[in-house]
Amino acid sequence: METYYAPKDLGNFAEIGKDAPELAGKFFAYYNEVFAEGELTEREKALIALAVAHTVQCPYCIDAYTRACLEKGSHLGEMTEAVHVATAIRGGASLVHAVQMRKIAEKLSL
Amino acid sequence: MAANPLGGGSFGEALARHGLQLTREETRVLQVNVGLACDLSCRHCHLEAGPQRVEMMDRDTMDAVIDCARRFRFQSIDLTGGAPELVPDLDRLVRSLAPLTNRLMVRTNLVALNSGEGSALCELYRELGVGLVASLPASNAAQTEAQRGEGVWGRSVEALKRLNSLGYGMPESPLRLDLVSNPSGAFLPPPQQQAEQKFRSDLSRRHGISFNSLYTFANVPLGRFRSFLERSGNLDGYLAQLTDGFNPCSVAGLMCRYQLSVDWRGRLYDCDFHLAQGVWYGGEETHISTLAELPAPGTTIPTADHCFACTVGAGFT
Repeated sequence: METYYAPKDLGNFAEIGKDAPELAGKFFAYYNEVFAEGELTEREKALIALAVAHTVQCPYCIDAYTRACLEKGSHLGEMTEAVHVATAIRGGASLVHAVQMRKIAEKLSL
Repeated sequence: MAANPLGGGSFGEALARHGLQLTREETRVLQVNVGLACDLSCRHCHLEAGPQRVEMMDRDTMDAVIDCARRFRFQSIDLTGGAPELVPDLDRLVRSLAPLTNRLMVRTNLVALNSGEGSALCELYRELGVGLVASLPASNAAQTEAQRGEGVWGRSVEALKRLNSLGYGMPESPLRLDLVSNPSGAFLPPPQQQAEQKFRSDLSRRHGISFNSLYTFANVPLGRFRSFLERSGNLDGYLAQLTDGFNPCSVAGLMCRYQLSVDWRGRLYDCDFHLAQGVWYGGEETHISTLAELPAPGTTIPTADHCFACTVGAGFT
């Protein structure tokens, strides 16, 4: 194995169903339902997925949802803002824990 | 016709797998390509139109087109290019064709409407009730200019605002302004209804622009767009998307079943993409002046690999 990630592997996602078809079937049925038009549009859901893909840093998901966002009519400005939303939450999640740091430091310090 | 580079079977074979044939219905539309001269060099253009192109329809060919329209009374006549606005005597062609059809429409890149001649044509279009079909790939500057060139977004917005001020695309107005969006890259277009909602919201909120309908079409892998696909390493993947996305339900509504296409020299084709590839109507070069009758319903339409671009998703109707 030359690399853990190869772009063509994304097309083999369905193969995970070979040894656990019922679970895979339920997962993909759920997955497809999640991304169908509902209270949110398919375009909005793809933007959320793109942001989450960057948070979980999944190359397959970034590949798939970059294309999906473009195909659903989003442009790079919107997609970049979506990633910034994920970045802000992810960065903010680190920063807000500084409250704990300050509280513990305060308790320990004179 | 070249074999399908994907090795996945030709378009004809895809039809056969679904028990389909591509045949003509009643011919209702005459599409007239008045030439390849254009003030833009869009990167997706299947005809490679641009400022360096000199192919334009002359008066004799225009007369042959007018005569054909008089003989057959098409429901719609659709003028396209290039940029039709750059063709001398377009005003004469428009004036002559308008009374010969229920619906005359002219495709525009919008930018060409900003010139002096373009402004005069806008007035003529309004006077005659000509419908306008304007190319606008996206509701933002970056994607629009990536496809159509620097500075095009601002000039397109300017033209759309002026068309609105003339009554085009406004609620309750009979003057139709429809938009056509082709993707700015090697990906498929969004579903038409969703894209229309977004364009309407973006253009109205940010620019106060109104329009009637938006049509989304896949880019056809010919001409400049094919060169881009080859250069960028996207050709195989894009062709696979087109063939994998073949939608048998789209075949019934394909435009080639209902129209004839004529080029600036008067030669006939089944569509503008066959025109780009030199795939003749009826299998041999035919001039519009010699067209004795419209194609009979049931006549087989020649196919080519680029036909997959018209049958992907909702299809090219």
